[in-house]
Amino acid sequence: MTAVEMTLARAPTTDLPSQRRNRARHLRSLLLGLALPVGLGAAWELAVHLGWSDGRLVPPPSVIFATLWELARTGELWTHTRATVLRVAAGFALGVVAGTLVGAIAGYSSLSRHVLDPTLQALRAIPSIAWVPLFILWFGIFEASKVALIAVGVFFPVYLGVMGAILSVDRKIVEVGRAFRLSGPALVRRILLPAVLPSYIVSLRSGLGLGWMFVVAAELLGASEGLGYLLMDGQQLGKPAQIVAAIVAFAVIGKTTDWLIEVATVPLLRWQDAYGQQAGEA
Amino acid sequence: MLRLDQVGKTYPNGVNALERFSATIKPGEIVAVIGGSGCGKSTLLRAIAGLDRASRGTITLDGDVITAPHPKIGIIFQEPRLLPWLSVADNVAFGLDGLSKQERTARVTQALSRVGLADKAGVWPRELSGGQAQRVAIARALVPRPEVLLLDEPFSALDAFTRRDLQDHLLDLWADSRPTLILVTHDVDEAVVLADRIVVMRPRPGRLFEEIPVFLSRPRDRASALFEDLKRRVLTALDQSLDRAVPDRQDQALTGEAMWW
Repeated sequence: MTAVEMTLARAPTTDLPSQRRNRARHLRSLLLGLALPVGLGAAWELAVHLGWSDGRLVPPPSVIFATLWELARTGELWTHTRATVLRVAAGFALGVVAGTLVGAIAGYSSLSRHVLDPTLQALRAIPSIAWVPLFILWFGIFEASKVALIAVGVFFPVYLGVMGAILSVDRKIVEVGRAFRLSGPALVRRILLPAVLPSYIVSLRSGLGLGWMFVVAAELLGASEGLGYLLMDGQQLGKPAQIVAAIVAFAVIGKTTDWLIEVATVPLLRWQDAYGQQAGEA
Repeated sequence: MLRLDQVGKTYPNGVNALERFSATIKPGEIVAVIGGSGCGKSTLLRAIAGLDRASRGTITLDGDVITAPHPKIGIIFQEPRLLPWLSVADNVAFGLDGLSKQERTARVTQALSRVGLADKAGVWPRELSGGQAQRVAIARALVPRPEVLLLDEPFSALDAFTRRDLQDHLLDLWADSRPTLILVTHDVDEAVVLADRIVVMRPRPGRLFEEIPVFLSRPRDRASALFEDLKRRVLTALDQSLDRAVPDRQDQALTGEAMWW
């Protein structure tokens, strides 16, 4: 927010009844989002309870929650979750920084784009698992190789998002910056970055989603802790409830981190005149 | 003083958009540039703005050769082109770098109140009507106090009532500091209402066809016989500008000399 915006008071745009309406809308949206998983879980619980299935390979929610509770009680859940979250956080941070920088360079400079983009697009097509042996050779079997793999997963959506968003910035808006004689860095800071912000946030969310996928690949192949390790452990010891519990933990943490990005970026996008906002209000 | 000397523009695809355009425009003069599609009006304006470089000839403002956007030249585009992530006040303040916070705030407040939008300072551009958004664009262009203000069909997307209202408003704002205005328009009425001189251009390649001085005093009565006569003259010139059989009249006109009073 700049000096002028802070000085000139913003007229209040939301009154009490509209705040109540907003809260009611959010609650409705939350309940609608929960309806499908809760409904499916309840149906499966009932099916097992009625004896229509023995629930051995696909345990009912009560068994999964009991397993989660047991893992939480012994502290295992916290240990594994913490290890996974730290890996994803480190890989996400590295991938975002690299993806943003390279994407911005490729988007801003056509020469850099012609040099970088074909190679990066080819690298993007490589399946995540294919990197694992190489990263283990390069970085060893400990944390570095896992973080590097996650960073690779995060890098590509962020790179593509930033580059694509810069290339699609409205030429007319950029011309406004030129007409006001903005320097190159000022043009990036005052026009390009705000203009790409909505797409950038989407690419961050995509990158985080891929980060969660890549952490599983990393942990399946040689980890002594982490939710991926819990999955492998459940498979080797024939404990489907532990596998599903780990999957549920992945889903809950993945959704929570995605929601955190969404919530944190809402104030940055208040200016948008987008269909999504209208649809949300409908 | 803005001088255009034999200005020409050929685009990389070979289109010769503007050919040998010369004019001298005095400080405070209002010049309307009018002509059919493809006659180089916008090309001319963009060259003066420094957004495109002329292929031939020179443009100078007070002795400075214009090859890039110049601090003394402002531009208002056909669309408001407000930055959607900035409030109305911040959009108006966009070109005020280097001023103190107090000075910026004072200028923005004054500009917004001059365009009748003092109460909209804190709202987002998406909350404005088309006419309001164009008023903000006018305020944004005027607030750095340019010596030359270029207007590229600024009211063409607006309804007739709003257009007329903004034309009157533009004249009010112009009277504050009397910058040179160069207005590209398709609207003959608008040209006659606003301009001291109407430059009629013709296409293929875009070039000057005729200059018509406007001797009407302000405020101009759109219903007067003199106004209607002048409109007719401009319309006739426009018709003739599209007739290849009619030669250019630029040599007969007072090229480079504004009718200033």
